[in-house]
Amino acid sequence: MKFSEQWLRDWVAPQLDTQAIADQITMAGLEVDAIEAVASAFSGVVVAEVLTKEKHPDADKLNVCTVNDGTGEPVQVVCGAANVDVGQKIPFAQVGGILPGDFKIKKAKLRGVESRGMICSASELGLEEETSPGIFVLPASAPVGLSFREYMQLDDMTIEVDLTPNRGDCLSIKGLAREVGVLNRLPVSGPEIAVIEASIDDTFSVRIEAPEQCPRYLGRIIKGVDISVETPLWMVERLRRSGVRSIDPAVDVTNYVMLELGQPLHAFDRDNLHGGITVRLARKEERLTLLDGQEVALRPETLVIADDEGPLAMAGVMGGENSGVSEKTDTIFLEAAYFTPLAIAGQARSYGLHTDASHRFERGVDPALASVAIERATQLLMEICGGQAGPVTESSSGEHLPAPRNIVLREARLESALSKRLPVEDVTDILQRLGLAVDKQADGWLVTAPSWRFDVAIEEDLIEEIARVHGYNNLPVRRPAARLALRPANEAVLTQAQLRNQMVARGFQEAITYSFVAPDLQAVMLPDAISPVLANPISSDLSVMRASLFPGLVRALEHNLNRQQTRVRLFETGLVFNGHLDNLSQVPMMGALVCGGREAEGWCGAKAQVDFYDLKGDLESLLALGGALDAWRFEPGEHPSLHPGQTARLLHNGKPAGWIGTLHPQVRAKLGLKVDAVMFEVRLDALSEGLIPAFEPLSRYPEVRRDLAFTVKAEIPVQALLDCAKAQAGDYLKDIKLFDVYAGKGVADGCKSIALGLTWQHGSRTLNDDEINLLVDSIVSQVRTELDAELRG
Amino acid sequence: MDHLPTLVSEARDAIHAAQSVPALDELRVRYLGKKGEVTALLKGLGKLSAEERPAAGEQINQAKQTLAAEIDTKRQQLESEALNARLAAEKIDVTLPGRGQENGGLHPVTRTLERIEGLFTRIGYDVAVGPEIEDDYHNFEALNIPAHHPARGMADTFYFDATRLLRTHTSPVQVRTMKSSEPPIRIVCPGRVYRSDSDLTHTPMFHQVEGLLVDEGVSFADLKGTIEDFLQAFFERDDLSVRFRPSYFPFTEPSAEVDIQCVMCSGDGCRVCSHSGWLEVMGCGMVHPEVFRHSGIDAERYTGFAFGMGAERLAMLRYGVNDLRLFFENDLRFLRQFT
Repeated sequence: MKFSEQWLRDWVAPQLDTQAIADQITMAGLEVDAIEAVASAFSGVVVAEVLTKEKHPDADKLNVCTVNDGTGEPVQVVCGAANVDVGQKIPFAQVGGILPGDFKIKKAKLRGVESRGMICSASELGLEEETSPGIFVLPASAPVGLSFREYMQLDDMTIEVDLTPNRGDCLSIKGLAREVGVLNRLPVSGPEIAVIEASIDDTFSVRIEAPEQCPRYLGRIIKGVDISVETPLWMVERLRRSGVRSIDPAVDVTNYVMLELGQPLHAFDRDNLHGGITVRLARKEERLTLLDGQEVALRPETLVIADDEGPLAMAGVMGGENSGVSEKTDTIFLEAAYFTPLAIAGQARSYGLHTDASHRFERGVDPALASVAIERATQLLMEICGGQAGPVTESSSGEHLPAPRNIVLREARLESALSKRLPVEDVTDILQRLGLAVDKQADGWLVTAPSWRFDVAIEEDLIEEIARVHGYNNLPVRRPAARLALRPANEAVLTQAQLRNQMVARGFQEAITYSFVAPDLQAVMLPDAISPVLANPISSDLSVMRASLFPGLVRALEHNLNRQQTRVRLFETGLVFNGHLDNLSQVPMMGALVCGGREAEGWCGAKAQVDFYDLKGDLESLLALGGALDAWRFEPGEHPSLHPGQTARLLHNGKPAGWIGTLHPQVRAKLGLKVDAVMFEVRLDALSEGLIPAFEPLSRYPEVRRDLAFTVKAEIPVQALLDCAKAQAGDYLKDIKLFDVYAGKGVADGCKSIALGLTWQHGSRTLNDDEINLLVDSIVSQVRTELDAELRG
Repeated sequence: MDHLPTLVSEARDAIHAAQSVPALDELRVRYLGKKGEVTALLKGLGKLSAEERPAAGEQINQAKQTLAAEIDTKRQQLESEALNARLAAEKIDVTLPGRGQENGGLHPVTRTLERIEGLFTRIGYDVAVGPEIEDDYHNFEALNIPAHHPARGMADTFYFDATRLLRTHTSPVQVRTMKSSEPPIRIVCPGRVYRSDSDLTHTPMFHQVEGLLVDEGVSFADLKGTIEDFLQAFFERDDLSVRFRPSYFPFTEPSAEVDIQCVMCSGDGCRVCSHSGWLEVMGCGMVHPEVFRHSGIDAERYTGFAFGMGAERLAMLRYGVNDLRLFFENDLRFLRQFT
């Protein structure tokens, strides 16, 4: 909300400068966003009167005028504005004056005619942003010779406050003044608002069909008004300084009263109303053309002001195009109503609207304000437009009006909440100035919240008010005390930080990619994935929840490849989302992607590119981190993003827990990537499962090692051979090492040679050759049966 | 016997001239070995008279010792020369970089989150996490933000349907924790949050750390102390000014925004702080009784405070990052700066 500092000071007058007021209300919770002068700096501009006007001899569009600027002699000035006329009071920039933009006024000749000064438009004085069509004509009462700044009281500031949604009561000069009054312990007073006695009997029938949404509706007829008159300059200026444009006197008055008191009002043209007013919910298929020309299809939960022919206005949001006042309006029906916050909340938004009225009703407009505001608006309207007022008619439903809220504030509770004992009389004073009815009792206060404070309902609300007015920064500071309690710590569980650090040690940079991805990217990489889709994405590129970390990592790779980064090692941890909303899994994963050189470019000559086994090595270092590598297995698998011949599914204790593989060449081509990449993705819960070390005594007896080389068909996985050998190797096998895999010369086509080194050791005796030989024979015969593997000679 | 001096002198020359340890060994054998020339002289002693024998023996032994000593000296010299030659030959350029994988690095947001978690866990807070696809109840209702509450407009929410959404803050974790545990509760909840906003200073996803402490007798003073301590520790500035400004969050009361003296200009006023000298860094407040009610905690017996901060904002201030969007581009040139 923007307001004029001068206007505020008419209500309450603290001995503080602008900045001090701004700081004070900011620290009371009304955050000042901006302070701006209401007019740019200019000087040498006075009120003057146009004395004569003649056509310029040499230019069609110019006039030669003389003006009286109060210095005695008439001053000759050439003016190009079409609307200049004899007898006008105008702002006149004298020679030597400086206009906004450091524009100096000098004596000049325009097409041979001397000009000593300039008649100014509003925009030339920085009072309007758009270029004004003509000079700024002042009221006839403006005193000639008076400094224009002084006449307009331009030494004023527009202060913009960013109000939190609970402080609807401060969306007016009255409310802001009340705050400033409380903070400075000063009295607050506004203009006197008298009840305008009815001079005619005319009324207009109002029926409330939706009392829950509209518990109170006040109306009044004002007859014989002249809307074609101009709004007085002082009102136009106050509106301008509050960021509101002047439209016509009727609209200006309603806006003015809204800014002054906080009550949104609406003026209808009585002659466009048929039958009577009904406040009701919209009916099926009703439509309404709003003031801004937009036609909307109303939904049944929308509250409308209707006449016998249909909706006239969206209640508390915006009036209709056909029922508003115009220049020709003779009779006004003025509305001042209380619409409940719940009736208006969300309505404007749902139609893509946000108006000053809806903003206020959503936050809560004082239900007691309508009767005051309607008098104030009547008074101002009649002052400007004339006319005669009928009686105010009120329709209301007492049971639906907010009930008075009585709250008990306990002294002890206040003290313990703030760790400070505040003097009783200070507390009472703060509460009273805030407008609460206070009854001091033995150990606390019984208060009644004022009708404008929708946010004061419980004891904590009062504690907050007192803390706020007292000043948060004047309250004590201490450190919380707590019992020192040791918490259980599961030694077997690896933290995410440990896992991340391992990736960092292996040369990976951590990435953080958006949890929502482009649907087409996800469709290419995971055509079968089902994951939730946002109803209101920020863009279609970020509209579907990732079902895997792969799409995000691939995008990050792309970003880097496009920036000459050829060696990329990235990892990410985060949730992936799989399933429909009602059957959704949100699982934390760790994913990684590598491409480019195995090592950073260097002198060692290692120019090889990374492949599957490089990343598998990185992954195994993670799997081994908690000492539970044996819980993991890799088995050949198929994944839509990955090369079918270079993909492994990860099993953790036999359950699927992730994938590793080379990016599928087809997927790569579809994504337009020019390089190979290897990726993995593993469940973090499985990764974090480690073991607590269990000691095994060291044997004092010698180890026995046997190396065995087998020839097997190329497609037999090494794992099968290892498993088979292990199963036959007996209880004393200590270790089994794979030390060579070879295909080529000396090995039959379609076969490969696999060399295993087996080590046995017994805990309490020396193993003899015979028993080892038996085990070796058993291994050799079993792998022959199971895998068609032959021992190489 | 007469040629002993000649023999010694000859042997000496040969020792001095020896170029290698094996050559020296040959000389030892030739002169001092069992069949060596000097040893042979000892064998000739028998031909001398008994009177001459001791003196001659003495002379020969002397010569033997002298030569043995000279051979040893020479050996040491040769060995030392050989070692030096080998060491010289094995000299490498120690300024060449080492082999192997370079280190990677954590994302600056993770780095910041870990730092914040660390500060709190060290004094007894636990880390709690929760789902990112939340329901309306945990994200709003239970936090005292009923449907149509104007506060819903404060955070533009990403919805999936009428009731499922992406959490707009990590506060739902508060509710989940309070429902499942008994006071005293001390937690920090780091994580991703989402708001439908994207411009120079907003990304649709960012990170928050929410903190919650619930116990008997917790007051606003405890909140102030905790926040002041935290900010001074985070920025490693004991003299950092912190101020509390009344604000509004539906789930806390009283509520405050926390400003710190601008860490860029020390409060003198600069572009980063919009020339105000202050930076808004977090929100906080005392847990609203309505939130306790939803979470099944007795609001008469227990009080508590909650606070929340944006990790990206703190990371930007801490490391001087001037563009929020960089955090999610994952540009290696950016990420490597936090290694």
